[in-house]
Amino acid sequence: MSVFFLRRILTLVATLVAASLIIFLVLDALPGNAAQMLMGADASPDAVHALTVKLGLDQPLTVRYLLWIRGMAVGDLGNSYVYGTPVAGLIAERLVLTIPLAIMSMLITVVLALAAGIYTAANHNKLGDVGVMSLTQIGIALPNFWFAILLILLFSVKLQLLSAGGFAGWDDGIWPGIRSLLLPAISLAVVQAAILARVTRSAVLEVLREDFVRTARAKGLGKREVLWRHVLRNAMIPVMTVMGLQFANLLAGTIVIENVFYLPGLGRLIFQSIANRDLIVVRNCVMLLAAMVVIVNFVVDVLYAFIDPRIKVANL
Amino acid sequence: MSEAPLIEVKDLGVTLNTSRGPAQAVRGVSFALRRGETLGLVGESGCGKSVTALALMGLLHESAVISGSIRLDGAELVGLPDAAYCKLRGNRISMIFQEPMTALNPMHTIGHQVAEPLLRHTGVSATQARQEAIALLDRVGLPDAAKRVDAYPHQFSGGQRQRITIAMALACQPDVLIADEPTTALDVTIQGQILDLIAGLVAERGMSMILISHDLGVIAENVERMMVMYGGTVVESGETDAVFTRMGHPYTQGLFRARPRLGARKGTRLKTIAGTVPELADLPAGCTFADRCTIAEARCRAALPAVVDVGAAHGVRCIRTDVSMAAGGVGA
Repeated sequence: MSVFFLRRILTLVATLVAASLIIFLVLDALPGNAAQMLMGADASPDAVHALTVKLGLDQPLTVRYLLWIRGMAVGDLGNSYVYGTPVAGLIAERLVLTIPLAIMSMLITVVLALAAGIYTAANHNKLGDVGVMSLTQIGIALPNFWFAILLILLFSVKLQLLSAGGFAGWDDGIWPGIRSLLLPAISLAVVQAAILARVTRSAVLEVLREDFVRTARAKGLGKREVLWRHVLRNAMIPVMTVMGLQFANLLAGTIVIENVFYLPGLGRLIFQSIANRDLIVVRNCVMLLAAMVVIVNFVVDVLYAFIDPRIKVANL
Repeated sequence: MSEAPLIEVKDLGVTLNTSRGPAQAVRGVSFALRRGETLGLVGESGCGKSVTALALMGLLHESAVISGSIRLDGAELVGLPDAAYCKLRGNRISMIFQEPMTALNPMHTIGHQVAEPLLRHTGVSATQARQEAIALLDRVGLPDAAKRVDAYPHQFSGGQRQRITIAMALACQPDVLIADEPTTALDVTIQGQILDLIAGLVAERGMSMILISHDLGVIAENVERMMVMYGGTVVESGETDAVFTRMGHPYTQGLFRARPRLGARKGTRLKTIAGTVPELADLPAGCTFADRCTIAEARCRAALPAVVDVGAAHGVRCIRTDVSMAAGGVGA
């Protein structure tokens, strides 16, 4: 463990603590009492008070915060105000969909984007470059829900290859689950791939202008060898930064696509909980998302250090 | 010494595609270099020195149009497909660049980068290439070469990095070494060491060298023959001693007067050549130096002057050598 990693881990923990404080305080400052909300406007004050005590809402702020933190540490997030079932279970149910969907979508994004970005940079200003870049322009402009509907029309309605919505789960093996996530994953990936392809292209073009590329050519390496051996690794830093942001976005920002495909994902859970004022679910979901974003960024940071030797040494 | 030349350049012309339209970066450059000979190219920035070097290496941008002929051991290089050129680069012709700080790939170890041409051009194994890389790094004077072979470029100083690029260029024992301003980016104290290293290696391995510099002192001390370039043309060429003894071209004389001197009285201003280098995209029709020349006449601007022989193998592209050289050569 070098100092680099220790410092990154400390930053990670500090960020999580700050995030938990902000989430807790903001949701606590919201007007209205959860107990009152649950029992309706007509409930007697005594009954509301009894529920308040039962939910632990009468305790001081710091105690409630510390109880929440302790709960997270032992995996007990409390019960949903609305469903009465454990929040941890509700979230876990959704994660078995959201995380595979995010991973599938990211894989499609990376494959499409790197292929397109490297191809266009290697053929800078040629017909292929202009053609593929025009496609990415269209990709960026496409609303993903509209593209999702087109995919449904083609693959579900016309070709009848894939179902138009719903999630098969993982109980019948891995394939039914993957099949039901394929169209949503593609819909999410297209826009992201278009953006990432452009980032990749400009990063590669920038590195191609570096002096060491000319040095490599002067050693007798062909253009293609220079691209693979000398350029790509140098171009990966900006590409990975964007990849990290996109992956974080896939974990939380997929509610529209979840609705198009009737998928019970994390986005939908958050949306429903906000609508129901189920604040305990909202609080834990938001905390989970914050944690995932911070962890993704941490992983990206660590990958930087693996790719670029200058980063390790600068922090020793 | 009637040996066939190793490199023979005839009437080389390069037209670059710039944002301001086509630019004739190099016109009518001809020279021949025998095995073991050294040649200097001198001139201001933008005079076509580096473009000439890159043309020899076949590393100009695809959009550049090259005319004339470049022969290596009799084989024509102009128009050679890239794949065939790749077999020569780093193998028979090598190049050292100006900026050691950016000429190395920051992501690869120096050992890897020095071994790369060996792996590319010779049949050695990875282990042999690594041993050879250590030997090369040792030869160019990198301290602790065996220990530092797995270090990255950012762990070295500018001078050390230039030593590494030299090791890289020499890996395959090339016939020709092109050194493009190899010391310009370095501290003055290091410059001499690096030039001595290059000169020593050139002599030791019997290489031919083309040394590019804007520094007349560097040229005077390191090469047997020299060419002065201006506006993409060679304005004067000859044996270094002959050129320094009797400078024929007003531009060469101007360059010489513009050099800083030790022992000049305090407050003495450095002499300059009035005016600026012409844009290559709109070069004048006649002598490229006419606009800055103190003895230019109307006929200088009419057509590019032919080369006049003013001594044994000493040519000057000027029609007024009677005046320029009568004034006592260097003049004052």
